[in-house]
Amino acid sequence: MSEQAAPVKDTATGEPPRPGRFRRLAAQIAAGPPWVVTVLSILLAMLVGAVLIIASDQEATAAFGYFFARPGDSISASWDAVSTAYQALLRGAIFNPDSASTVTDALRPISETLTEATPLIFGGLAVGLAFRAGLFNIGGQGQLIMGAIATTWVGFTLDAPAVIALPAAILAGLGGGALYGGLVGWLKARTGAHEVIVTIMLNYVAFLLLGYLIGSEAFRDPDNPQPVSKPVNEAARLPHLFGDSLRVNAGLLLALAAVVFAWWLLNRSTLGFQLRTVGANPNAARTAGMSVGYGQTMAMLISGGLMGLVGVSQVLGTANANNALTQQIDAGLGFTAITVALLGRASPVGTVAAALLFGALQAGGREMQAAAGVSIEIVTVIQALIVLFVAAPALVRGIFRLRGEGEGSTGLLAKGWNG
Amino acid sequence: MSDTLTPSAGPAAATAAATDRGHWYVGGAMTLAGLYGLWAFGLGSRTDDGAQATFSWNLVGGQGLQVPDLTVPAAPTAIVLSLVCVAVGLLRIALRLTGRRRVAATTVHLVAFVAAFLVWATAGHSLNFTSVLNATVLAATPLILGALCGVLCERSGVINVAIEGQFLVGAFAAAFFASITDSLWVGLVAGCLGGGLLGAMLAVFANRYLVQQVVLGVVINLFAAGLTGFLYERLMQTNPEYNKTMTFGAIDIPLLSDLPVIGPVLFGQNIVFYLMIVLIAVVQIGLFHTRWGLRTRAVGEHPTAADTVGIRVVGMRYCNVILGGLIAGLGGVWLTIGLNITFNKNMAAGQGFIALAALIFGRWSPLGAVSAALLFGFAGGVSVSLQPLETPVPTAFLSMTPYLATIFAVAGLVGAVRAPAADGIPYTKR
Repeated sequence: MSEQAAPVKDTATGEPPRPGRFRRLAAQIAAGPPWVVTVLSILLAMLVGAVLIIASDQEATAAFGYFFARPGDSISASWDAVSTAYQALLRGAIFNPDSASTVTDALRPISETLTEATPLIFGGLAVGLAFRAGLFNIGGQGQLIMGAIATTWVGFTLDAPAVIALPAAILAGLGGGALYGGLVGWLKARTGAHEVIVTIMLNYVAFLLLGYLIGSEAFRDPDNPQPVSKPVNEAARLPHLFGDSLRVNAGLLLALAAVVFAWWLLNRSTLGFQLRTVGANPNAARTAGMSVGYGQTMAMLISGGLMGLVGVSQVLGTANANNALTQQIDAGLGFTAITVALLGRASPVGTVAAALLFGALQAGGREMQAAAGVSIEIVTVIQALIVLFVAAPALVRGIFRLRGEGEGSTGLLAKGWNG
Repeated sequence: MSDTLTPSAGPAAATAAATDRGHWYVGGAMTLAGLYGLWAFGLGSRTDDGAQATFSWNLVGGQGLQVPDLTVPAAPTAIVLSLVCVAVGLLRIALRLTGRRRVAATTVHLVAFVAAFLVWATAGHSLNFTSVLNATVLAATPLILGALCGVLCERSGVINVAIEGQFLVGAFAAAFFASITDSLWVGLVAGCLGGGLLGAMLAVFANRYLVQQVVLGVVINLFAAGLTGFLYERLMQTNPEYNKTMTFGAIDIPLLSDLPVIGPVLFGQNIVFYLMIVLIAVVQIGLFHTRWGLRTRAVGEHPTAADTVGIRVVGMRYCNVILGGLIAGLGGVWLTIGLNITFNKNMAAGQGFIALAALIFGRWSPLGAVSAALLFGFAGGVSVSLQPLETPVPTAFLSMTPYLATIFAVAGLVGAVRAPAADGIPYTKR
């Protein structure tokens, strides 16, 4: 990606960053600090995670109570707690030597990682695409819920063979998310309403609407005591890719197609050029005769559509045991997607890498909870810290005493609510 | 909004043009709302057969002065109130009201519409209005504290979307430390400090490392949710001794708490509530009548100018963001030991974001934010109180009102909403 090389040169020559240019965020993220900072950030976040595991471990804290009498005890107890947890993390995410008797068993951790990564790829692309157009799509939760509602409704009402039902359900999800996202872009273009504020509010509107729908006549499963929607028809579910015992499903193929689409859109299409121009410099875009409002609306529309696909994979995918809509259908993915896009520096390929990493953390986190009794919530902490450190390279460089290209390279400069 | 140092040309011109048609849009919407009220509340089936709506004003077991119940015939009352709404809408179009009169008209419309709705909802039942108000105040307290935190941060130029996270950490710290020390006061201080710590984190990353502030807020929220969720599962779930139910006793203010309706609601709450009242006054007076407040606003509107006259811009921002964090932490304290509830994962449940909405809806001013928070709290209070009345309105839609109202506000339908000019832009010396 040749155009991403230019900003690197800018920061290297010490040109001061111009404030108020959130629009440059995308380009800046894309250029950003080199991979060293990313790796160190991951290490640092895991380190903080280790401290948390030790601090909340009964044996370790008990041993620290007599640290000065027998320091060896506390150190070994801490080591035990952390190594058990992180080994379980690796076993759950990559390879588990204890249960690898058959090929299927050996592949299971990888399959879990890919399953977890699938919605993150869609979500990361969605947020990243909006970034490139200078917009911050914080409304993933709402858009994916709308997508999930639409896809579920089509999924249980349309009685058709899989060739029709599955594409129809997917398209419905795409459309639901796209309309909900496009509404934000349209409001921004028409009235200047800040997309961050509007998307935050729409998140809760969608969340409450979901709560109402799954308890309503039209959606609720009468056989289920919990407020859960009717399950989606067999025909509309995403099929397994490698046999029924591995959860990895056709959603992954869809996600890879979305990556290719996003790459093509951003780098090869006229609309993508327009989006990037609007993102980089709306005034220049206006001067060149582009409609900034159109660009913003389209960016939010496509971004919302991709978020709708997160909802699709949440409902139709194998991660959902009975393929039904629940109140927790979003599973925080709208916000995790933001961290994925930031870590992937808003580029399609980077997003895949980031989604794989976070998918692995998620899959490993479940094993860690089961095997080592360490709550999976720590994965959220680690993910947040990784992004925080990546966004503040000067901090990471300072901690590791690295001489880097100064502090101007943060890249994440802001625009305010009025911008 | 008192002073505007840098008028922004584009949006300002757009809103000026919009206000011309605005009278038609807003007035029309008000008239339509009134007509809808007439159709749904006044002439609907619920108010048929001369059903009566009874409003009682005394809390169950309440001391002090008692007020007799108010019983009104539902259908005629709702019709009259709806007609008032229609009239106000038409007046708005015909007279092109501005300034104080417009605010008054909007208020009358809102009150009449809500009253018509309540009369309709209560038809054939009885509603304790004092307990609705009490629920309003209880729901509004964290929103007010969160919005005050937002005022301090954003008036000095740092966007704070991390109020939700600050609530969570404050709530956790309050519950945890109050439980292990058996002292509510330790819990209160710990909760504030918890919020303050997240505030410090926000301040450092925003001012020192220049991280984009909305991104930062989102990440801090995730961090806080993960951290408190993790510690909850590791410590509290296995050991309930770390998460006890405890709360401050209510303090009745002599004489005032005997007043009907407002007595128990405003003068019979616990210490956290009174702290909040004090904080409202402190922030409002501090922001507009002290040197500190002037500097805060200057730093948020035009940091370069502030720097030129010798104000330490970044220092002011650190100070205000951390102070804000302490206040939001108090909001977290309210959620657990203020309301006698044990800590639970993600217990803030979006209230931090409603506080942000109140801040924006209140146009970044302390009193505006407080009014917005009360309005949003009222929506919450009503939706709780309506459940036993078996209204056909799903409470989900009532709970949506704060969010929808905010969207309408930022879309310019309720007048221009403008943030402090330098809000969200980190300050660096050239």
